[in-house]
Amino acid sequence: MTVDAEVSELFRAERGRIVATLIRLTGDWDLAEECVQDAFARALECWPREGVPRRPGAWLTTTARNRALDRLRRSSVEAAKLREVVAVLDESPDEADGIGDDLLRLIFTCCHPALVLEARVALTLRTVTGLTTAEIARAFLVPEATMAKRLVRARQKIRNARIPYRVPPAHLLPERTGGVLAVLYLLFNEGYAASGGAELVRRNLCVEAIRLARTLVALMPDEPEAVGLLALTLLQDSRRDARFDDAGDLVPLDEQDRSRWDGGQVEEGVALLDSALRRGRPGPYQVQAAIAACHATAERAEDTDWPQIALLYGEPPSSSRPRSSG
Amino acid sequence: MKYMLLICVDDTIEPTAGDPTIEQWLAEVEGRRLDGSQLRSVQDATTVRTRGDEVLLTDGPFAETKEQIVGYDVVDCADLDEAIRIASRHPCARYGSVEVRPFYTG
Repeated sequence: MTVDAEVSELFRAERGRIVATLIRLTGDWDLAEECVQDAFARALECWPREGVPRRPGAWLTTTARNRALDRLRRSSVEAAKLREVVAVLDESPDEADGIGDDLLRLIFTCCHPALVLEARVALTLRTVTGLTTAEIARAFLVPEATMAKRLVRARQKIRNARIPYRVPPAHLLPERTGGVLAVLYLLFNEGYAASGGAELVRRNLCVEAIRLARTLVALMPDEPEAVGLLALTLLQDSRRDARFDDAGDLVPLDEQDRSRWDGGQVEEGVALLDSALRRGRPGPYQVQAAIAACHATAERAEDTDWPQIALLYGEPPSSSRPRSSG
Repeated sequence: MKYMLLICVDDTIEPTAGDPTIEQWLAEVEGRRLDGSQLRSVQDATTVRTRGDEVLLTDGPFAETKEQIVGYDVVDCADLDEAIRIASRHPCARYGSVEVRPFYTG
């Protein structure tokens, strides 16, 4: 792999958690994002000359941390605050413990219910997945300035109202986890509702939603609804190549060429769903995934297990029953 | 961090019998609540605006809405989650609303 390719791979895989760690250390979202950006730029500069370090993630975190230290020392932050932050930054080891915890903290904070829903979605895309403000604006069909303002307001509220940077305590966890899942679900549906190739940026939201759902499942393996949501998104997305004809028009489910469905993704979705259901704590996402699985595993449209689907539609409580999509 | 809780209710709505009382809430938030008071009805409010050299007075509240501010509490909390928890347990939150506003300085 070339250094460039390796850096962009690391950007996708590691950027979110490095930003998450820097936010914890500095308490400053803008500073954290800028320093992580700088660290990746340094990597592109140094690694071709010096070779890729043995632990590139740790190298990036340390570089970003040192950059933050530099910037804080040179800034006009009041002395006491500076000493406090510098002490935290100095103490933290190269490879901080509980790296996954930082990422989970970040996700929960981005999805805090005191932020308006569209801000939660934008902030998650910007901070966790690293999409640019311009990309997010295009995906949500708003001017870039509007999206930038939305992000600034959200970060301001987090700071000014002191929205805590943490994984919620046990008594809040079920409710807040539901909130995180709702953000990922909305993200996926935004992408799924987009039509053909002209709206590639929006289709990309499906990819990001699946990636985020994977991250969440890795961080919260005991949460069956998170697994259910990942299964649901994989199963729906498995039809992406068959959903539109050459003219870009939507092809109804029963007329789709099922050989163009992504078999590997269906298999993974079904396996995930089974593992979630075995926990015996069903919920709206698992039920929806089960419905999607009935469609995905029918070889022909007429083989669809409609009685099972009818049964499943009776399942979710009416208040939380998400709308179904084609 | 200090937060102002603005207690808003529509005074045509009566609290449900059996709901927790304000005394219970006050006991619960002891140590967190720095200050607070009920306010007299909006009928006794006067709104003041200065425009140029002129002081304009209006009899009544600055906004004619169904819900009016009937009291306030200042609480000192670790973070917004704690302020939300305290606000959610205020008796008026059950039939009115509580606006949680952070102070400018901690």
